[in-house]
Amino acid sequence: MKAKHQRLTLALLAVAAILGAALLALSALKDQAAFFYAPGDVAGRPLPVGKAVRLGGMVEKGSLVRAQDGVSIAFKVTDGKDVVPVRFRGVTPDLFREGSGVVAEGQFQPDGSFTADNLLAKHDERYMPPQMAGKMHKSESLEQ
Amino acid sequence: MIAEAGLAALWLATAFAIAQLMLGAAAARAVDPVVLLPGVRRIALVQALFALLAFLILIWLFVTSDMSVLLVAENSHSQKPMLYKVAGAWGNHEGSMLLWVTVLAVAGAGVALFERRLVAETLSATLAAQAAIAIGFYAFLAFASNPFARLNPAPADGQGLNPLLQDPGLAFHPPTLYLGYVGLSVAFSFAVAALLMRDVGPAFAKAMRPWVLAAWIFLTIGITAGSYWAYYELGWGGWWFWDPVENASLMPWLAATALLHSVNVLATRDGLRAWTLMLAVVAFSMSMVGTFLVRSGILVSVHAFAVDPTRGSFLLALLGLYIGGALALFGARVGTVTQGATFQLVSREAALVLNNLLLSVILGVVLIGTLYPLVAQAMGVQLSIGAPFFEKTAVPIALFLVAGTAAGPLLRWRKDSAQALLSRLTIPVAITGVTFALFFAMTGFASPIAVLVLALAFGLAAASIAPLWKRKLRRTPLPIYGMVVAHLGIAVSLAGMAADTLFKQERLAAVAIGDNLAVGPFKVTLAEVRPTVGPNWSAMEARLQVQRGAGAPFELLPQQRFFANPPTNTSETAIATLWDGQVYTVLGASDASGRWQLRLWWKPFVTLIWAGGGLIALGGMLSLLGRVLRGRRDARAQEEWA
Repeated sequence: MKAKHQRLTLALLAVAAILGAALLALSALKDQAAFFYAPGDVAGRPLPVGKAVRLGGMVEKGSLVRAQDGVSIAFKVTDGKDVVPVRFRGVTPDLFREGSGVVAEGQFQPDGSFTADNLLAKHDERYMPPQMAGKMHKSESLEQ
Repeated sequence: MIAEAGLAALWLATAFAIAQLMLGAAAARAVDPVVLLPGVRRIALVQALFALLAFLILIWLFVTSDMSVLLVAENSHSQKPMLYKVAGAWGNHEGSMLLWVTVLAVAGAGVALFERRLVAETLSATLAAQAAIAIGFYAFLAFASNPFARLNPAPADGQGLNPLLQDPGLAFHPPTLYLGYVGLSVAFSFAVAALLMRDVGPAFAKAMRPWVLAAWIFLTIGITAGSYWAYYELGWGGWWFWDPVENASLMPWLAATALLHSVNVLATRDGLRAWTLMLAVVAFSMSMVGTFLVRSGILVSVHAFAVDPTRGSFLLALLGLYIGGALALFGARVGTVTQGATFQLVSREAALVLNNLLLSVILGVVLIGTLYPLVAQAMGVQLSIGAPFFEKTAVPIALFLVAGTAAGPLLRWRKDSAQALLSRLTIPVAITGVTFALFFAMTGFASPIAVLVLALAFGLAAASIAPLWKRKLRRTPLPIYGMVVAHLGIAVSLAGMAADTLFKQERLAAVAIGDNLAVGPFKVTLAEVRPTVGPNWSAMEARLQVQRGAGAPFELLPQQRFFANPPTNTSETAIATLWDGQVYTVLGASDASGRWQLRLWWKPFVTLIWAGGGLIALGGMLSLLGRVLRGRRDARAQEEWA
C-alpha cells in the first residue's frame, strides 16, 4: 500500500468509526434515556409504560404503608396537585420519610401506578441533585 | 498568618510558572537551547516546590483545625479522626483543585528532573507548555476557588466532612486518580511541543512512552480503587454505576490506553505519527473535561461539592482555551508531520489501529452518554442516562476489543498472514467455544452476553500467555511480560464481572433476632443487634453468624451509623472475602415488631474484578520498569561510545 493511500484509509476508518459511534449512541439514546416526571406531567396523559424513567416529588403525608414482609412499601408521590401511587421493595434510603422529597427510578404500570427499582431521598442541602432541587422547588411552591 | 503564607506560596508558584513559560519558549527558539535549558529545569522544580508548600500548608490548617479558614470551617471538625482531617484537605472543591495543580506542577518538575532523551528544543517547549497549563489553573484557584480564604468571625467548630467520604479509601483514591488524570498533562505538553518544534518520530515516542505509562498506571489503580470504594461504601452491591463522575475517570483512561498502544507503533515502527499526537491531546483533554464535569458543580454527587456558576464558566473558558488551542495547533501543523512507515492489512500495526479505533468509539459513546443529559437540560428537558444505555453501546464494542486483544499480540510487525494468525489462535478459540457451551448449558438464556464475556475471558487468558510460548523466558524483555500480565488482567477482570452478573444471589428480608436467611450456599443468622460507638459516630451493629454447609461459622458486623457532624446516617456494609467470592451484608431499618431489614448477597468470584485491575496496573509497572532500565542502559552505552 502506498503511503498516501494508507493515510487516506486510516482517515476514512476514523471517520467511519466516529459516525458508527454517533449512530449507535443516538439509536440507544432514543430507548434508554430516562426522562424525569412529576406527577402532574403524567396526569391525564398517555403513560410511558415499561420505559425506565424517574418520578420525583414529595412523599404524601399519611400515604406510607409497610407490607407484612417488612421490606415492601407503598406510598404516594405528589406535586401538591396530582398523585401517583408507588410500590417499592428494598432498603429505603436513610432520609426517606413522609412529607420529604423523593426521586423514584423505575417504570409506570398500565394501571397508572409506578414500580420503583431504586429510591433517592433528599440528602442534606449540600448534596441535593439539581434535577431534584428543581422539581422539589416546584412542588413546594404548589403546595402553598 | 499560616493561611496567608499558603496563599503567598501559591502566588509565587504562579510567578515561577510564568517565568518557566517565557524562558522555556525562549529556549525553544534559541540558537543554542542547551544554555537556557538548565535554567528552565530549575524554575520548573521551584514552581513545583512552591505548589507543594501551598498544599502542605492547607493540610496543616486542616490538621490543626484552624476554623478561621473558611474551607476548614466548612469541611472539617475538631472531633474528626486524624486521617480524615488530613484527607479532608482534598475532600472539598478548593482543596482538590489545589491538589490538581500541585500534581500538575510536580509532573512538570518530574519531566524537568528526569527527562534526558528528548532534544533540548522540544524539552524546553514541553516545559513551557506545562507551565502554560499551570498558569490557567493557578488563576482559577486565585480568582474563583481560593482555598485560603478567611472566615471572620471564626466559628467555634466546623461543619464536618460528608460521612460518605470518611473512609480510608478517600485518603488514597483522589491523589492516585489525580496523579493519573493530571499526569496525562505531560503527554499533552509533549505533543504540543512536538507539533511546535516539528519533532515527531521514534525518538520522541520513546521519550514520551514512560510518562504515558506512569500516568496510565496511576489512572488504572485509581479507577480500580474507586470502583471498590463505591462497592463497599454505597451498600448497593454494584461495582460500576456509569455515574457521570465515574465516566469522567473512565474517558481519560480509554484515551490513555489507546495512546499507550499507538505510541508503541510510533516508537517501534515509526507509524501513526499524527494519530499519536492527536491521542495525546485528546487524553489530557478528557482529563480536563472530567475536571470540568466534576468541579464545575454541573453534576451533583458525592464528588461534586458546591454549585457556583462562576467556577463553571471559568473552567469552561480554560477548557476552551487549552483544548481549542491544542486542536488548532494540530490542525495547522498536521500537514507538516510527514508520513511514517506503512504496513500491511494483516500486521501488528493494523491490530493496534483496530485497538485504537475501538477504544475511540467506546470513548465516543461514553462521552455522548455523559454529556447528553447536560445538553438536554440546557434545552429544558430533564433526563438521565444510566447503565442500560452504556450496556447497549459500550459493552458490544468492548467485546470486539477483547477479541482484538487476544489476536493482536500474536501478529508480527509489518506483515503477517491471516492463516498463520488463525493457526496461532486455535487453542484460545477452542477454549472460548468450549467454555461458552459449558456456561450456556449452566445458566441458559439468563444473560447470554455475560456468558459470552466469561467465555471470551477464558480465551483471552490463554491467548495473552501465548506470546511467551517458545520464548526463552529469562531473555524475554520486561515490556513483553508487562503486556502479558496486563492482558491477562483484562481477562481476569472480565471473568469477575461476568461471574458477578451470572452467579450472584441476593436476599432481602426483615428478620427477627435469632432467625436466619439462606443466600447461595450460606446460612446467615441474625444473632443480635447492639449499639456501638466510634470516634465521631454512634451505630447500631448487627452480629451475623454466617455458615456454609457444615463449615466453620464466621461473624459479620454490618452497621447503621449515625454521624453528628453533619447529622447523617450511613450504612456500613460488612463483607467476608473467601477464596471463591464475597458474602456482602447490609443492615437496614427496624420495624415496630422488632424485625431488622437485611440485604445479603453471595457474589462468587466478584473479587476477580479488582484483582484484574491490579494485574493490569502491575503489567504497566513491569513495562515501565523495562523501559526505564533500557533507557538508562542506552544512555550509558552512548556515553561510553562518545
